[in-house]
Amino acid sequence: MSSLPVTRIDARLAKLRDEGRAALVTFVTAGDPDTETSLSILKALPGAGADIIEFGMPFSDPMAEGPPIQAADIRALAAGQTMVKTLEQVRAFRAGDNETPIVLMGYYNPIYIYGVERFVADAKAAGVDGLIVVDLPPEEDEELCLPAIRAGISFIRLATPTSDEKRLPVLLKNSSGFVYYVSVLGVTGVKSAAAGDVAAAVARIKAHTPLPVMVGFGVKTGEQAAAIAAHADGVVVGSALVNAVRDSLVDGKATAATVKAVADLVADLSAGVRRGRS
Amino acid sequence: MSEATTLNSYRTGPDERGHFGIFGGRYVAETLMPLILELDQAYETAKADPAFQGELKALHATYTGRPSPLYFAERLSAHLGGAKIYLKREELNHTGSHKINNCLGQILLARRMGKTRIIAETGAGQHGVASATVCARFGYPCEVYMGATDVERQKPNVFRMELLGAEVHPVTSGNGTLKDAMNEAMRDWVTNVETTYYMIGTAAGPHPYPAMVRDFQSVIGNETREQIMAVEGRLPDLVIAAVGGGSNAIGIFHPFLDDPDVRIVGVEAGGHGMQVYNGHAASLNGGKPGVLHGNRTYLLQDDDGQILEGHSISAGLDYPGIGPEHSWLSDTGRVSYVPATDQEALDAFQTLTKVEGIIPALESAHAVAEAIKRAPQMGKDEIIVVNLSGRGDKDVFTVGKILGVDL
Ligand SMILES: Cc1ncc(COP(=O)(O)O)c(C=O)c1O
Repeated sequence: MSSLPVTRIDARLAKLRDEGRAALVTFVTAGDPDTETSLSILKALPGAGADIIEFGMPFSDPMAEGPPIQAADIRALAAGQTMVKTLEQVRAFRAGDNETPIVLMGYYNPIYIYGVERFVADAKAAGVDGLIVVDLPPEEDEELCLPAIRAGISFIRLATPTSDEKRLPVLLKNSSGFVYYVSVLGVTGVKSAAAGDVAAAVARIKAHTPLPVMVGFGVKTGEQAAAIAAHADGVVVGSALVNAVRDSLVDGKATAATVKAVADLVADLSAGVRRGRS
Repeated sequence: MSEATTLNSYRTGPDERGHFGIFGGRYVAETLMPLILELDQAYETAKADPAFQGELKALHATYTGRPSPLYFAERLSAHLGGAKIYLKREELNHTGSHKINNCLGQILLARRMGKTRIIAETGAGQHGVASATVCARFGYPCEVYMGATDVERQKPNVFRMELLGAEVHPVTSGNGTLKDAMNEAMRDWVTNVETTYYMIGTAAGPHPYPAMVRDFQSVIGNETREQIMAVEGRLPDLVIAAVGGGSNAIGIFHPFLDDPDVRIVGVEAGGHGMQVYNGHAASLNGGKPGVLHGNRTYLLQDDDGQILEGHSISAGLDYPGIGPEHSWLSDTGRVSYVPATDQEALDAFQTLTKVEGIIPALESAHAVAEAIKRAPQMGKDEIIVVNLSGRGDKDVFTVGKILGVDL
């Protein structure tokens, strides 16, 4: 085991384990509301308290997203975001931060069109640590999961309330980094789960894997984050952050308040996560 | 070195993971996977169950009105001065299109699986109407997602669905057409997966849908074979169908795939013309392979893999993808796919109406347009079968508007 290179994700999670606290995983959409502001947001996240960053690759047809992230994707694409720009942003971020893990999250088609081998090579070189691809279940692992793992990029899987005892081993098989537990049935940004249900689900998943379990869907406030953090290795927040972007815009354009709006919410969530286990 | 030369049969796909060559598959969110696997099992069992097949057949006989006639379009054939044209009259089915073939099959399956709620997407509204119909017949609540643009251009069908007790949700995301309706139906499905059966209306989506919908629609081609043998004593030279997602087309094509003397042509929506960027909905002629809505297939998309909306005069063809089996049949060369423009479809709509007294759906008019192009080039002893997938009552407002008649 000791011969395996330690990834940024593993290193960060080990550090948090030593600190005895849960991780705050923040999702923002690349290129939302425009390339430049998006990079400023990305750079501001660790300082505000984000432990791991999920960076959304915008897609025209995000089938598992609710209205907030759909709107963020539309804003990003309208502003001209492309896969090349998303990877450039990661590279620019890495120049100033070589520790905070970045996980690219999105749908398969833009990766497929970019070219799988080219994508994993360019993502690795840019400093991407993991991938979450919503529409690639383990049944399609040859597509991207196995090439990503070969390139040294973690492939993070979503577990859901429908992941039963039979399904969990299948979906955990080629998983690495952490497991993202989607705590409710449904799209992002609509419902949220009860903390009690979350505790039971996390225990169920942990019976099948040593990987840390992050819990997301519907977390909007520091208080909710604290409640989840008590039961999970980390809390994922996305829709609330892209809504903070949306609410800061004037006539669809970024303002002086945009980056700060996101950073303030991240700080509140981070405080919640830190409270969670005390 | 094409795959075609090494194949013994074009009718054995997909493999157990839902692949037709490189196309098909199961590209869905994890939440849906357990259900998709269960559906696959349930369908395999039902398919082999004589009671299931018997019930479907009996319903088709007395509820759908099957077999649908194969009609010799004598005046159209004479008018064009070439091949004999037969029309497979799916427009005479209950609800006015081929969509009922699939919906009856799927509602029986949903009942077997113990689901209590049905959702569907619709473009032209024909699949929505057929879904609402079978839900009324079997006593299920039905919710239909329909793009807001399509709600506008297919108003009569919206009201029909409501009369049948379905709830129609207009979808405003994207261009408000079929793709957006399908996204929204998938979002509902992810949210309500435990109770809900998603009745997909075309031969696309994650495995097993493309194969299952094809099987339910193959009744069209199976009947056509028997009927043409009965009247002509031989198989047709050419079979033509319009292709949206591809269900009516694969339904009539599939039983003929292994007959090398039968040429097969699918007609895509050429919209404003293939030269107009994002101005058509011809996925095979103007797209490239990608992954959307659960399957790999040809898609209209930009250089960055973002899906385009496309355009067609007909709401039922206005979809940027196509069923995966068609992508495979196109790549292997077994079936050729050609576009017909909005104008050609509109002309064919009027020709068939005036010459034969049959008002076709604008979708089906695309297939008629291709027959109008080809028949004059063929001999008088040659035979064309056109799948007349639906009737045009729903389109009279759209056509009226274009012809400058305010209804
Ligand atoms: C009459 C008719 N034909 C064809 C189509 C296109 O669908 P498919 O390609 O699945 O047959 C539709 C879709 O709404 C339709 O209503």
